[in-house]
Amino acid sequence: MTFGQVLLVAVVAVPAVGAVATAAVPGDRAGRLVGTAAAALTLLATLPLVGGEHGWFGYGPRPAVQPWHQLDLTWVPGLDLRFHLGVDGISWPLVVLTALLTLLCCGYTLWRVPAGGGSGRALVALLLVVEVGILGTFLALDLVLFFLFFEVVLLPMYAIIAGWGGDDRRRAARKFALYTLFGSVLLLVGVYLVVAAAGTADLVALTGGAGLSRDTQLAAFTLLALAFAVKSPLWPLHSWLPDAHTQAPTVGSVILAGVLLKMGTYGLIRVAVGVAPEGARWASPVLGALAVAAIGIGGLVCLAQSELKRLIAYSSVGHMGFVLLGVATLTATGLQAALIGNIAHGVITGLLFFLAGAIKDRTHTGSLAELSGLRETAPRLAGLLGFAAVASLGLPGLAGFWGEAFAVVAAVRRGGPLWLTLAALAALGGALTAAYLLRLLRRVSHGRPSAAVAPLGPGLAGAELTAWAPLVVLALAVGLAPALVLSYASGPVEALLGVVP
Amino acid sequence: MSLVQPVDNVALLPGYLAAGTAVLVLLVDLLVARRAVTVAVAALGAAGTAAGAALVGAAGERRTFCVGADCSWVWGGRAALVAVVIALLTLGVLAISGPLLRAGRTPAGEYCFLLACAMTGGVVLGAAGDLITLLVALETLTLPLYVLVGLRRASLAGAEAAVTFFVVSVVATSVTLLGAALLYAVTGSLHLDRLGGTLAARDDLRDLPLTTVAVALVVAGLAFKVAAVPFHAWAPATYDGAPLPVAAYLSTASKLGGVVALLAVVQRALPAGVTGPVLAVLAALTMTVGNLVALRQRRTVRLLAWSSVAQAGYVLAPLGALALAAGRTADARAGAYAAAVAYAVFFVLLELAAFAAVVALRPADGDGGTLADLRGAARRHPWVGGAFALALIGLAGLPPGLAGLFAKVTVVRSLLAGHAGWLALVVALNAVLGLAYYLRVAATLYAPSGGVAVARPARTVAIALGVATAVAVVIGFAPQLVLDVAAR
Repeated sequence: MTFGQVLLVAVVAVPAVGAVATAAVPGDRAGRLVGTAAAALTLLATLPLVGGEHGWFGYGPRPAVQPWHQLDLTWVPGLDLRFHLGVDGISWPLVVLTALLTLLCCGYTLWRVPAGGGSGRALVALLLVVEVGILGTFLALDLVLFFLFFEVVLLPMYAIIAGWGGDDRRRAARKFALYTLFGSVLLLVGVYLVVAAAGTADLVALTGGAGLSRDTQLAAFTLLALAFAVKSPLWPLHSWLPDAHTQAPTVGSVILAGVLLKMGTYGLIRVAVGVAPEGARWASPVLGALAVAAIGIGGLVCLAQSELKRLIAYSSVGHMGFVLLGVATLTATGLQAALIGNIAHGVITGLLFFLAGAIKDRTHTGSLAELSGLRETAPRLAGLLGFAAVASLGLPGLAGFWGEAFAVVAAVRRGGPLWLTLAALAALGGALTAAYLLRLLRRVSHGRPSAAVAPLGPGLAGAELTAWAPLVVLALAVGLAPALVLSYASGPVEALLGVVP
Repeated sequence: MSLVQPVDNVALLPGYLAAGTAVLVLLVDLLVARRAVTVAVAALGAAGTAAGAALVGAAGERRTFCVGADCSWVWGGRAALVAVVIALLTLGVLAISGPLLRAGRTPAGEYCFLLACAMTGGVVLGAAGDLITLLVALETLTLPLYVLVGLRRASLAGAEAAVTFFVVSVVATSVTLLGAALLYAVTGSLHLDRLGGTLAARDDLRDLPLTTVAVALVVAGLAFKVAAVPFHAWAPATYDGAPLPVAAYLSTASKLGGVVALLAVVQRALPAGVTGPVLAVLAALTMTVGNLVALRQRRTVRLLAWSSVAQAGYVLAPLGALALAAGRTADARAGAYAAAVAYAVFFVLLELAAFAAVVALRPADGDGGTLADLRGAARRHPWVGGAFALALIGLAGLPPGLAGLFAKVTVVRSLLAGHAGWLALVVALNAVLGLAYYLRVAATLYAPSGGVAVARPARTVAIALGVATAVAVVIGFAPQLVLDVAAR
């Protein structure tokens, strides 16, 4: 095995072993420590994956997927399932983001275990299992393996919401599980529709259509896109998201918004567009229209929200709308915007949920009506909230800008009355984003301190700063130097678009 | 033709072992009359039968009781697999019967004897090469269960359940027999392969209304045995009234027997063009109705019973691919049969684990109780509760219950390979319905408080649960083991 292959295995195996060790170690705090160490090791293992052959120096046409490192082992030949992992410029930023957010969440749990009954050790173990599923999904280069990892995430996340969530957690958790399972069973049918028609489940071979008939591609794209639309989530399949986010504990919300949703958009790009490009071309106007509807409706709903976490949750619907709009254009600009939008949303919304959790922990309320004047009593917290909100609304120079602006640019470049209208509406939706986030700041930060806010002290715990600082830095870094993400993605995106008709 | 048939006693060895176990148990109960010895002899017999069946099956196919090319006893890969699984299920059920037998209201000798008799039927079933052997084997498998269901002394629910089961089952058997008789009237043969060959070769016979009636009767009769909707109404009442281990046997070994019988006639004897559409509708109805009704159940065993109705639907689903001409190519058919067998094997394993866990979490000699009785059980008994949750999640078909996930994947794959996309979608959507109630039970297990505290589970029950869970985990990571034997 080469060094890259060892790393690929380690990225999936370390959190898995870590989860078992966390559950097995006696003592709650020791367990949490072991889990955090495993998460840190995982992050360390993801970083060197960037080394490797990035260019294409071979003869003949350039393949549509060209992993930097890959590992291909047989597992279940009877089900066309191979243990085929690989990483390239589309998946690597997401892999690192996942490992980073999990580490921050584990570290945060080291400091504070959410109330609700479960032990902190179990929470950390579940976070690590979720990480295994997400990383596996991003790394899988076999369709069936992709489906398998996609499913792994479901129950641990259910348990996190149901075990450590808010008052209405059981209903929210059940809704999350059933909705996302609905998506993943459609994925199962779509996967085997493709596998039965093509005779292979190898994503490298399948990308570009692999000679599938037009009818098969349309059916496959419909099933796959529906599956990923539930996960992303795309309006009107989003209704599990606000409940799940609102009820989940802080770390659950961070993982959920930060990386779990990205499994949907990543799948759309890598699997749905890659495997059924003709279907993608055929469905792109519908996808674009739904994405813009999500932007508009997400924004309008946010304007009327009165609960902090719910507002941030609905803002995710809008932000993911921009990402999906970028994918729907099927242009290089659009896909690049989608990829950087994914990362930016993961960083910024992760930070927003951390901050919302901190505010709720301190004031014991999330109601906007009961929060005001935060900057008077807790100026640092209010400042960070202001930074995150401004980043989220897409201020140039911060991470949120690139994804949203270039999704709109891509739609304009696509041309034609439909796409121009969509671009205009999306731009309008961008203005709505600014409106509701500024409203949020006005309600929470400004004004006279309310009864809930008045007793707050200005200090922040060291653990909080440690968890938030990397996200603040990343939001700035990606905003100032988008090449951090885009330079890796441009090659794979062009290769992918080379096979889309 | 010689009137004296040569008999291949090696091929018959598994049958001898199973029947010998039954006789030995009877004798030991009579002569030694100690509960532990009787149970041990039965368990050893079941283990020996499994070993014998595997050994004979590994040596290649053997046939006996032949008339020309048609044989009534074919010991091949499928027969060996069925026999091994049935014998191991019998062993498992014996292990989880410990608390029931110790409680004293159930006579141990009779219990073990009847169980061994049922096992004999199951062992013969897989090898049956003609309709009569098949039906006699199936009846040998079910007949002892009528008594076992009602064996608890002074239990009204048990008696009611036994009568329901008896009446329904006898009707089902006579319906199947009538169908077999009509088939004989049409074709003049009872051997499965010859029946299939005759019906395939002669369009005029296949198009006779009498043939259609006969096929419908055989399929309907066997559908009763697997409790497929609309022939399912007996199952929940019977499971709930029976002692827990017997309910476990009913929903695993007995159901597997029905599936094997149905598979044998569909694969070898009946025209796929007729059975395919019927089975497709049966499968779709069975899983949907089973899952929908299971959603509303409040009693543990009733919930498991309805869920096992739904699971029978998943087992039948691959056969529904035969409904379309595109699903009747040789490859697609072989895939469909293998998928049905594989699903059945995955299912009985998880179902046995689930029942073993219920036995472990309930008082000795108790019934399944309500779901509320299980509240917080996993917090009091983390290992048993964890194994139960894993079995339930496996039945729902999700990781970490990988065995169940691969079972569902096998079914969906075979359906799409047979171009039955609509049925694959029905299976997929039913998996969502299924998760709703499996998750409810699993969440109940981990609820913070409430429920009924019980003593530590008996050692045999714990071992059975542990072994079943371990096997489920192993084949969850290496499903190819099951897929290979299922395809033989």
